[in-house]
Amino acid sequence: MSILVKDKEVVVPGEALADDLGFIPGYGTYRFNNKLLASRLGLVNIEGKVIKTIPLAGKYLPKRNDVVIGRVIDILISGWRCDINSPYTAVLSSKETPEFIEKNDDLSRYFDLDDYVVAKITNVTSQNLIDLTVRDQGLRKLRGGRIISVNTHKVPRIIGKKGSMVTMIKQATNCRIIVGQNGWIYVDGEPQNENIAVLAINKIASESHLSGLTERIKEFLEKETGVKINLEDKGDYNGLQ
Amino acid sequence: MVYSKRLDGRGFDELRPIEAKAGVIKNAEGSAYFRMGKTIAYAAVYGPREMFPKFKQDPKKGVIRCNYNMMPFSGAGERVRPGPSRRSKEISFVTDKALIPTVDLEDFPNAVVDVYIELPQTDAGSRCCGINAAAIALADAGIPMRDIVASVAVGQADNQILVDLTYEEEHLPEYTECESKDVADIPVAIIPSTGQISLLQMDGIIEKDALMKALHKAKEVISKISEVQKNALKEKYAAESIENNE
Repeated sequence: MSILVKDKEVVVPGEALADDLGFIPGYGTYRFNNKLLASRLGLVNIEGKVIKTIPLAGKYLPKRNDVVIGRVIDILISGWRCDINSPYTAVLSSKETPEFIEKNDDLSRYFDLDDYVVAKITNVTSQNLIDLTVRDQGLRKLRGGRIISVNTHKVPRIIGKKGSMVTMIKQATNCRIIVGQNGWIYVDGEPQNENIAVLAINKIASESHLSGLTERIKEFLEKETGVKINLEDKGDYNGLQ
Repeated sequence: MVYSKRLDGRGFDELRPIEAKAGVIKNAEGSAYFRMGKTIAYAAVYGPREMFPKFKQDPKKGVIRCNYNMMPFSGAGERVRPGPSRRSKEISFVTDKALIPTVDLEDFPNAVVDVYIELPQTDAGSRCCGINAAAIALADAGIPMRDIVASVAVGQADNQILVDLTYEEEHLPEYTECESKDVADIPVAIIPSTGQISLLQMDGIIEKDALMKALHKAKEVISKISEVQKNALKEKYAAESIENNE
């Protein structure tokens, strides 16, 4: 009697979602008098009594333990400043590298300006000061390949459930692909295969809010590469490789 | 003679034809097009991003920075001198203040959201048109906000209360014979869900009763503008799905 919208519908800020106090406002919603209104452009998600919106647009907000791709934009006294496609820049300290760096060492030997790195966010403060690390499995400087940029809110669809989507693209195109949570994606492989992978990723990004996505991407990849894809073969996914 | 029929044949409570579109500028985080009759506004939102100059940063919350600009060839024929003027600075300022009550930038300390409003063609009500476009663009950019502000001008000419005045109506005694030489032009911005007013300016002379009547008219018609704004955002995603299904 009281939910005014359908599940998975696009809603805009200020739109009434429910007019009943029995529902709990989740992310991207707020209560006004006895109504529940949306506070972001997004898709409605109704889970029992909780109503929230899943944002469709907006910049990447850094979260702890996210794996991101960053670009070195400045070399500091003991670290590097990185652009991570967010309103704030992140700092990768020279203590957070796998090898030991001497005090007066030339830092550009390790990461130079305009180098891309895969790094993990270790800490985010209330003022959005961000610390990075490359001291974990698979975190490193990126060489060769290319970096493409997609909307950060499409990243979960590009990765897929337990990495199924990105694994499928990797299988079909034989490319190394690293998806940063910030929407930057590293693709490295044979030039033609790289192109197919990039097309597939862009296709996912533009069709992410429609159903039957996996099937369509599978068809697309089979058509482009001419190789049959076996969907069953899934490994464990840790966001890298 | 009382102004009994509007110059463009509209009803007294009727808006000019309005049209809106979201996502018209690819490079921007969010953007919108808004048209009210012959007034056209484009708004582009960039950010949240780092605020420069640094001394303008606010460590408690993000800041919104509007820039209103009329293009040189807009207006009534005379070339508009490019660059900031006293008028455009003032309008940038009031636009800013009209939008602030709805946006929530607590998550973006030290950051700025830049809103650029450009008007390629104007015929009165340009600040309202700019606010309408800017509000859509902010929502399109995924900025957390309580509501989409809608704005319209109301007023009085020749003792007749009017909604959404044109340039001719703002200068009515120059165009037709009037009993009263007094003309009032009142741009209003309203937060639709609460009915709160976030912009209220006036140019001209009006009596208290007439002013209250005009403001009530504004509240009545604002829902129509709000509807167009919301549909523009929804259509953007509907259009995307149609494109991709083919």
